Amino acid sequence: MKATRREFLKLGIAATASATLLPVRTFAQGAAPRVVVVGGGFAGASCARALRQAAPRVAVTLVEANPTFTACPFSNAVIGGLREMSAQRFTYERVAADGITLARALATGVDAQARSVTLADGARLPYDRLVLAPGIDIRWGALPGYDEAAAAQMPHAWRAGEQTLLLRRQLEAMDDGGLVVISAPANPFRCPPGPYERASLIAHYLKTKKPRSKLIILDGKDAFSKQRLFQAAWAELYPGLLEWVPLSKGGNVTSVDAATRTLVTDFGQHKAAVANVIPPQKAGRIAEVAGVADRSGWCPIDPVTFESKLQAGIHVIGDAAIAGAMPKSAFAANSQAKTCAAAVARLLTGAAPSAPKLINTCYSLVAPDYGISVAGVYQPSSGQLAEVPGSGGVSPSDAPRATRAAEAVLAEAWFRTITGEVFG
Amino acid sequence: MIGRALAAAIGITAIAVAVVAAEPPPGAAACSGCHPASPRVTSPVPRIAGIDRAAIVRAMQDFRSGQRAATVMDRIAKGFTDDEIQALAAWLATQK
Repeated sequence: MKATRREFLKLGIAATASATLLPVRTFAQGAAPRVVVVGGGFAGASCARALRQAAPRVAVTLVEANPTFTACPFSNAVIGGLREMSAQRFTYERVAADGITLARALATGVDAQARSVTLADGARLPYDRLVLAPGIDIRWGALPGYDEAAAAQMPHAWRAGEQTLLLRRQLEAMDDGGLVVISAPANPFRCPPGPYERASLIAHYLKTKKPRSKLIILDGKDAFSKQRLFQAAWAELYPGLLEWVPLSKGGNVTSVDAATRTLVTDFGQHKAAVANVIPPQKAGRIAEVAGVADRSGWCPIDPVTFESKLQAGIHVIGDAAIAGAMPKSAFAANSQAKTCAAAVARLLTGAAPSAPKLINTCYSLVAPDYGISVAGVYQPSSGQLAEVPGSGGVSPSDAPRATRAAEAVLAEAWFRTITGEVFG
Repeated sequence: MIGRALAAAIGITAIAVAVVAAEPPPGAAACSGCHPASPRVTSPVPRIAGIDRAAIVRAMQDFRSGQRAATVMDRIAKGFTDDEIQALAAWLATQK
């Protein structure tokens, strides 16, 4: 990127002026500090609102291209025919009512030196601190044969919306006796137990409506989140219907052919009636544009402030961040957002951020009345977010069915609570 | 006269301080992910904002020791020290 000599001089003067005047002092006396948050999901919307609450003087702008938010948690229940899509959609009305400026546009550029965000219409938003919460992008091309056109035949449904409904329609249109194949990626990816919850709820649909059908999960790894609990529940609820093929047994999908809905592994081919390809992922595009994503495609951050390790003044939260032991979940995103908001509020007044403690709780449904959970408590340790020793873990393997039923109820209560906090 | 003016000034300062919400201690902000902060949300998970400080301390200690049955709170309470529990209970008690 080249600046003309005149632009360069202007930038130079501006930088010198602000440095001389001490920005922190300026905030205390006159102009309100400006924070731009890019991405209106669980992380971004939470952060914008928490920041308004923690530091009412800060001018917060939330940049989000979509007029409504469609939640991924519980979208597996939509695919399984247990829930309608309307229950997944939320508006930004209450977010705006908090005094947050909504910029309904795609963020296309970030100038980390000049501290401004460029929107698709060319508008520039200057910031004192920037928070990026862009979620995930599909790594198109990482799996040979899987591009955007292929996703119209073999949906990923890993960003909730039309893809979710497409997968549901395909399952509804499938004849009894059909083969459903789910391909699950290697780590890391959004929602580690998600592919297995999805397999469970599709198996529930097949068992109820199309009992001669079969479901295979082709996996790019040998272990997964809540594995023992899922496998015990599958043996109990879906024997002979659901099969998991790990990496070591030839589960890794090496290419796909969308026209014939064929998934190719090192060991053979699977021709599916319905194929759900959950492809490799990376941080949402703006992270790469801003220079905060590393070669892994994800964003290294400071575990106290969530400030990027690659660009000063830019914080990254939610699925896009490399948050150590914390999984890429909506609960974690919300917890990180509040931590980041507190740190940003302090940094804007020149105060030192305090060491945080974060929590994750994540429920999965194996059937409508059968829930399991994982929980964890995290703190900074050796430059990473690490699990507090002795804390956390999954639901007990020997819990009675009443506990599973209770956790299914708690799962839905969690969704109401967190969407109420973030969007209500 | 001066005394009254001073008292008024102190009063104003006290109000100004009270308006700025106290920053939640480590871990406390995450609770509202499951325990609704808003009375508009209905949930079997109880609201804990504004609950008596001693009750929170006791509940956390009992979850941590396993004396009180739980689904996830036993696993979460084990991540907090006595001092951290005291701090978050004190903060939760001041919430509305």
